[in-house]
This record gives sequence, C-alpha cells and structure tokens, in this order.
Amino acid sequence: MKRLLVVDVSVRVMFHTVLIGSLYLLFVGHNRPGGGFVGGLVAGSAIALRFIAGGIDEVRGLTRFRPWTILGTGLLLAAVTAVVPVVLGDPVLSSALWEADVPLLGTVKTTSALFFDSGVYLLVVGLVFMVFEAFGGEPPTASAVDRTERAGGVA
Amino acid sequence: MLLLPLLHALTGTVLVASGPRLGRRWGAALGALAPLVTLIWLLTQLPGVLDGDVIDERTSWVDGLALTVDLRLDGFAALMVLLVSGIGVLVFWYSAGYFSDHTRDLGRLFGLLTWFSGAMVGLVLADNLFVLYMFWELTSITSYLLIGNSHENARARASALHALLVTGLGGLVMFVGFMLIGQAAGTFRLSEILADPPSGGPVTAGLVLVIVGAASKSAQYPFHSWLPGAMVAPTPISAYLHSATMVKAGVYLVARFAPAFAGHAVWRPIVLTVGLVTMVAGGLRALRQHDLKLLLAFGTVSQLGMLFVLFGAGLEAATLAGVLMLFGHALFKATLFMVVGIIDHQTGTRDLRALPGFGRPWLPVVAIGLVAAASMAGVPLLFGFIAKEQAFAGFDGTGYSWSAPVLAVLVGGSCLTAAYSARWAWGAFTAGGTDWHPAPPAAPVDRPPRRGFWAPPAVLATATLALGVAPMLADGFADVALSSLVAGAHHVHLALWHGPTLALALSLVVYGVGAAMFVARRPISSVLARGHTVPNGSDAYLAVLRALNRVADLVTRVTQSGSLPFYAGVILLTAAVAPGLALLIGTDTLAWPDFLDSPAHIPVVLALVGGALGAALVPRRLAAALFLSVVGYGMAALFVVEGAPDLALTQVTVETLGTVLFVLVLRRLPRRFSRPTAAGRIPRLFVSAAVGAAVFAFALVAADSRTAPPVSDEMIGRAYPDGHGKNIVNVILVDFRGIDTLGEIMVLGVAAVGAVALARAPVGSRRRARAATVGAHQDGDR
Repeated sequence: MKRLLVVDVSVRVMFHTVLIGSLYLLFVGHNRPGGGFVGGLVAGSAIALRFIAGGIDEVRGLTRFRPWTILGTGLLLAAVTAVVPVVLGDPVLSSALWEADVPLLGTVKTTSALFFDSGVYLLVVGLVFMVFEAFGGEPPTASAVDRTERAGGVA
Repeated sequence: MLLLPLLHALTGTVLVASGPRLGRRWGAALGALAPLVTLIWLLTQLPGVLDGDVIDERTSWVDGLALTVDLRLDGFAALMVLLVSGIGVLVFWYSAGYFSDHTRDLGRLFGLLTWFSGAMVGLVLADNLFVLYMFWELTSITSYLLIGNSHENARARASALHALLVTGLGGLVMFVGFMLIGQAAGTFRLSEILADPPSGGPVTAGLVLVIVGAASKSAQYPFHSWLPGAMVAPTPISAYLHSATMVKAGVYLVARFAPAFAGHAVWRPIVLTVGLVTMVAGGLRALRQHDLKLLLAFGTVSQLGMLFVLFGAGLEAATLAGVLMLFGHALFKATLFMVVGIIDHQTGTRDLRALPGFGRPWLPVVAIGLVAAASMAGVPLLFGFIAKEQAFAGFDGTGYSWSAPVLAVLVGGSCLTAAYSARWAWGAFTAGGTDWHPAPPAAPVDRPPRRGFWAPPAVLATATLALGVAPMLADGFADVALSSLVAGAHHVHLALWHGPTLALALSLVVYGVGAAMFVARRPISSVLARGHTVPNGSDAYLAVLRALNRVADLVTRVTQSGSLPFYAGVILLTAAVAPGLALLIGTDTLAWPDFLDSPAHIPVVLALVGGALGAALVPRRLAAALFLSVVGYGMAALFVVEGAPDLALTQVTVETLGTVLFVLVLRRLPRRFSRPTAAGRIPRLFVSAAVGAAVFAFALVAADSRTAPPVSDEMIGRAYPDGHGKNIVNVILVDFRGIDTLGEIMVLGVAAVGAVALARAPVGSRRRARAATVGAHQDGDR
C-alpha cells in the first residue's frame, strides 16, 4: 500500500489529540455532554484515521491486546459494576459517590457510574477494532466479486 | 453444611487442574478426601440425628433478591449422605486399582467424580427447591461429562448426550413443577411445603411435572434407555453414579414428596404404574443380556422401578421397605458393578458367553459376587431379604384399595429379579455360558486380581451380610429415616424371622419361580430374543431426535430463504403494518404540528430531503452510502438546532464511523446495485411507500398523543441527588436505565462477534460443518 506523507504526518498529529478528546468526553460525561458511548466512538474515529493512513497493519500495531479481549473486558467491567451493588444488598447499578481533596485540583468527585461508562467505552473501542479486523483486510479481487454476483450471492 | 459441597468443589478443581500429574494413587486419595471428611462430619452429627434432631442451616446468598441456601440434615438425608459419601470413598479406593497411571485424562475423571459427589451431597441436604434443582442439574452435567470422558469415542459422546438430554429436559420440566408448587405454597422451602402441602389445579400440574423429572432421572420407563447407554463409562463411574447414587435422586424426590402428596388424585396412579412397568420390563430386558454390565444396568432399571413403587405409595410400611431397599440396593448393586469391573479388568471381557469360570485365586471375588447377587435375589441372612420381606409386608393389609394388584406385580418382578440374579452369578462365575453361543466373542485371559482391588466390594458385601444376619443393627437409622419422611411413624424393629407370614410365603414363591426360570433359561431366552424386534426406548429416543432435526430443517428452509431483499422486505413490512393498523383503528384525527420553528430548519431540511432522495436514486453503492451519511449529519444538525447537544454528538460520531464501515464493506461488493426486474421493482416500491407513510403518520400521532405527564420531570429532579450527575441523559443511561444499557452493550458485543465470524467464514464452510455433525451422530447411533 502506498502511503502519503501528508496524510501520515497529519494523522500522527491528530491521533493522540482525538484520543485525549475521547477520554475527556468519557470523564465529563456524567455532568456535561459526553459519556462512554460517545467517547468510545470518538476513540474509534481516531483508530479509523490510523486505518486510513496505514491500513489494517497499522491498526493491529496500535495495541498488543486482541480486539475481542478489549470488548470482553469492557463488557465484564460494566457487568461487574452492575452486579456489585446487588451483592452489597442494594438495587442493581446503584451508584456510589466518592469525593476526595487532591492537591492543585481541589475537590474531585467521581461516581461508580464512571466504571460502568468506562466499560461501555472499552466495549465500543473493542467493537471498532473488531470491525476493522473483520472487514479491514485486503478486499477480494474484482473477479471474485463478479463470480459472487453471477452466482446470485448478492442481490 | 454448605462447606461440604464447597470442599468437594475445591478438591475437584485441584484434581482437574493437576491433570495426570498426581497419578492414580494420589489422585484417588485426594478425591476420597472430601467424601471422607463428609463421612466424618456425618458421624459427629449422628448421635443427635439418631435422637431425632434436625439440623437446619440457612445461608443468605443475595439479600437484594431474597435468595438463600437452605440445607437440612434429617434422618433420611443422613442416610443418603452416608450412601453417597461412604460409597464415594470406596469407589475412589476401587478406582486406584481399576485405572492405570496411563489412563487418559485421569485427573479430570477424578475431579469430575469429586464434583459429582459434592453435588449429590448438596442435593440430598437441600431444603430449598431452587438449591435442590441447582444440585440436581449439577449431577446431570457431571454425569454427562463422566460418561463422555473418553471423548474420542463416538459412542461415548452419543450416550453422554442421550443421558444429558433426557435427564436435563426432565430437570427443566421438574423445575416448572417446582415453580407451580412453590407459588401455590407461598414458599420454596421443601420442609415447609411438605409440612403443609398445597392443593389446587396448578399443584396437580406441578406434581405431574415433578414426577416426569424424577422418572427421567431415575431411568423409569419410558425414559430409561439412557441408563444402559451410560454403561460405556468406566465401571467405577457406573457403580457410583449409575447404580448407587445419582439414579436414586428421582427416587429420593418421590420419597420426600409421597407422604405429603400420595393422597392427590394423580400421584399414585402415575407413580405406581410407571414403577411397576419399569420393574417388570427392566427385569425382562435384564434376562436377555449377555453383557454382565448391561445385565446389571437393566437390573438397576428394574430395581429403581420397585423403589418408585415402594416410596410412591406413600404408605408407612411400604416407605420403610423403600428405605431398606434403597440402602440394600446401593450396597449390593455397587458391589456387583465393582465385581464386573474386576472381571472385565482382569480377563478383558464381560460377556458371559466367553467367561470360562474361575480357579482358586479368584475365590474372594466369587464369594463377594455371590453374596451380592444373593442379596439382590432376596436370599435370607442377607440384607436384601430383610428389605424384600418388608416390601411384601408393606402392601399386605393396608387401607389402599389397589394393594393386592400392586403386590402381585411386585412379586412377579421379584421373580424376574431372582432369575436374573442367578443368571448373572452363573454367567460370571461358571463356564455354563460358554456353550451358550457357538462362537464366543473374544478369548479371555485369566489374571487373578490383587487384594487391594477387591477390598472395596468386600467391605460392602460384609455390610450386606452383617446387616442381613443382625438387622436390628439398622433399627435406629431406619427409624429416624422413616420418621423424617412419615410424621408420627411407628418405631422400627427389624428382625430375621417374623413367623409364618404372607411375606414369607411370597418369598418362597419368588425363589421357586426364580429357580424355575433359571432352569428353563433356554426356552425363555429364545422367547425373549424375539423382543429384539419390538422397538425399545433408545429407538424411540433416536426417532424423536430425527423428527426434531427434520422439523428444524423444514422451519429453516421456510424461514431462511437466503435472500437478503426478502428478509429486509419482511422486517420492514412488519414494522409498517403492525403500527399502521393500530393507527388506523385507534386514531380519529391527525393534528398537524408547526412545520417551521426557526429559520435554521430550512437548510437542514433541504439537506435531509436531498440526501434521502439521492440515496434512493443513485445507481452506485458508494454514492448511496455517502448520501445516507448526508441524511445522518443532517439529523445531527437538526438535534443541534433543537438544543440536544448530547444526541448531536452521538449522531455525528456514529455517522462518521458508520461511513467508514460502509466504505470498508462496499469494497467487497460490486460497484453498482444489481438492477431488479420490473416484477421485482413493484413489491419494493410498495414496501418503501408503506414504510414511509406509516412512519410519517406514526410520528405525527405519537407527538400529539401524550396522556400521562412526562416522566422526564421526575428524572430531571432526581438526576443530581440520586445519580450524582448533571447530565441527565447520561444519568439515565448509566443509572436509571442502566440495566437497559447493560443489555444493549451485550447485544452490541454479540453482534460484533457474529459479524467477525460471518466475515471470516469462507463460503460453503457452514454446509461442510453441518455434514460433519450429522455424520458423527450417525456413527454414535449404533
């Protein structure tokens, strides 16, 4: 695959910025527009940028975890967050609030919903990785496509 | 008490994880640990239990859902624990001699046996229908894994599946029964339900379902055929699961339920009929077997039928007989299986036509086998005699009007038992069987077994003998077991000699007829051989499986045509017609809303309409996808104008990624849409128009049809105090409706896995996979 220097460099510049933006959306989500789902999608867009620049190999090189591991971790995190209150005797997904005084930042508040949202975030990121894994490879050659069509496989 | 199953689970897990590293001796020793601890615990509790004390234990599990684990040790449960753990220890001891260090998957086998033992202990201690059901299914699953342990063997796999399907489906049916009975009683505690049995229509249905579950687990007709199939498992497993303990679970349940529910109109006719048919049919099948182990398996089916009758009648004397028979059967049947295992292990065959009789070094094994077989036949001075006498006495002179016919069939079944007991002993220990058939299947070798190998069955045979000579030793235990089933039962006094009673006369009849049948074994055998042409239970099972496959194929062919436009058409038309009809019926007027709130709407709407038209009209796929994105971004703009930044943000990101995905997938498809024929175009136009009209009308009506105050006010009010968040949408997503979100992301995850699997599957592989499955099953049919 031929790579364009302009695309390469600008994607490199934008990638981490977009990722940080996605984390911002994840963390402010409880009080401002954002949340785990949108954050995950924005992170997915960052991955899509890398795909545009370097194809599936570049996406695979982003992490050493397999896509389904990321997806499963997210699902597990969300499910565990949901179940923990039940074990403690509260309704499912009751949220807890923690406050802490951090030097320089002042009072920091967070809730258990953040874990749930992080689960959603991870799941969406894993989903994007999986989509690229499934469909991001080299497409079949034109003749193969024609064969499929003639066999009536695609209407 | 809860620690006992947990200890089993722990040591079982260690054994499975250790694999073959421990070897047979240490593996068996570790496996025997948990049953041994259970046995010691039982001994410490025994003085109290024999005084009639009942130990209740309640462990709260999930407070939020009011789930508790209730366990209860009473006399009958103690008897069952004694059987499960006592025989468990002996089976592990025996396994050390039966298996070699080179047996494949030995660690897993021992671990599964330990798990099973723990599940069985939990089952008999459970005092809560949910807990009982959970342990019940655990025994089914461990049984499945144990039968199929040699997983390269297609027959083992098919038999394991057979057992799992029958007992698992039976368990599910039983669970529904539990629900009905528990709902009617208002409690799911077994002891409370039995103390104050509910009645009514649902209870009747529930009882029938429970009987079905118990019958499938205890291999009653017509569900019995999985048990002979399960004999492909190694003999220690057959001795433990498929004769002494697991198959008694159904009997155990009947024993618990019968005193409370026997008066119910449906109970006795079903349970007694099933039990009697099973007893006679199993006995007849046993008489024609050449495989000593299969003979015992059908014998077990027959005896389980007898236990069903004894307990199911719900009469005090018969229940006592059931308790004795349950114990006696476990003793002698486990012994017999172990002896068959020894013979098989040392000679390489268990076909009675090939066994030549044994010399002096085999004397202990022969003696053990004879004691056990005689106990099965009901010969005096052995515990089987005590139990059988009580069984006959239990249906003599009771208030139950059908006692006499039941007693007659019991006697008939016992004659068969005596006859196949004799056939087993004769076939195993004499050369009598070798001239039976012109060509013996395999020439046996003769290696007398070592002492450690036959010691475990010797322990059981000694117990059979000791309790047969001095039955009063069992008085106390039988007494508490009986009184924990039947409230206010008389005290038990077991004795060898009751004087010239009807039961004794019937026993003499049984010996006479049994001996006559043994003498006349050739003509009887030739008559029974014709029975091979009669369809049996395993034919029925296979027929049901095949029919199920055919129905599934038919349904699949009808519903899954493979045409994507057809699927999409059906889905869209349903989405249009179902709400459309509701609109036509339920709406009188359409209120037209204000079409234009702000000038910003004009460019947005123009983009939306233009994008939609473009997507519908362009001939190239990629262009259509891009037009669709225009619609999506237009929607995002609309959300911004309407003041919903959250929605807009989500819409924009989804649209962006969606477009990338479209491009990825479209690379694999032809550039242009295939052109439908004129005949194909009309239905498409119709579906599109219908969907468009329905959605349009629905949106108008829905916006105007609010009758209740919106729930959003309450959510706005509670978002910060309860959910600690200022973004109400997010609080709703992760807190108020968090369970919905959890469900949705699960769907998303499953869809992702499915999409990857679809994208990776090469064309045609599914057809090949299906052909392979069917082939394996047909191999297993035999």
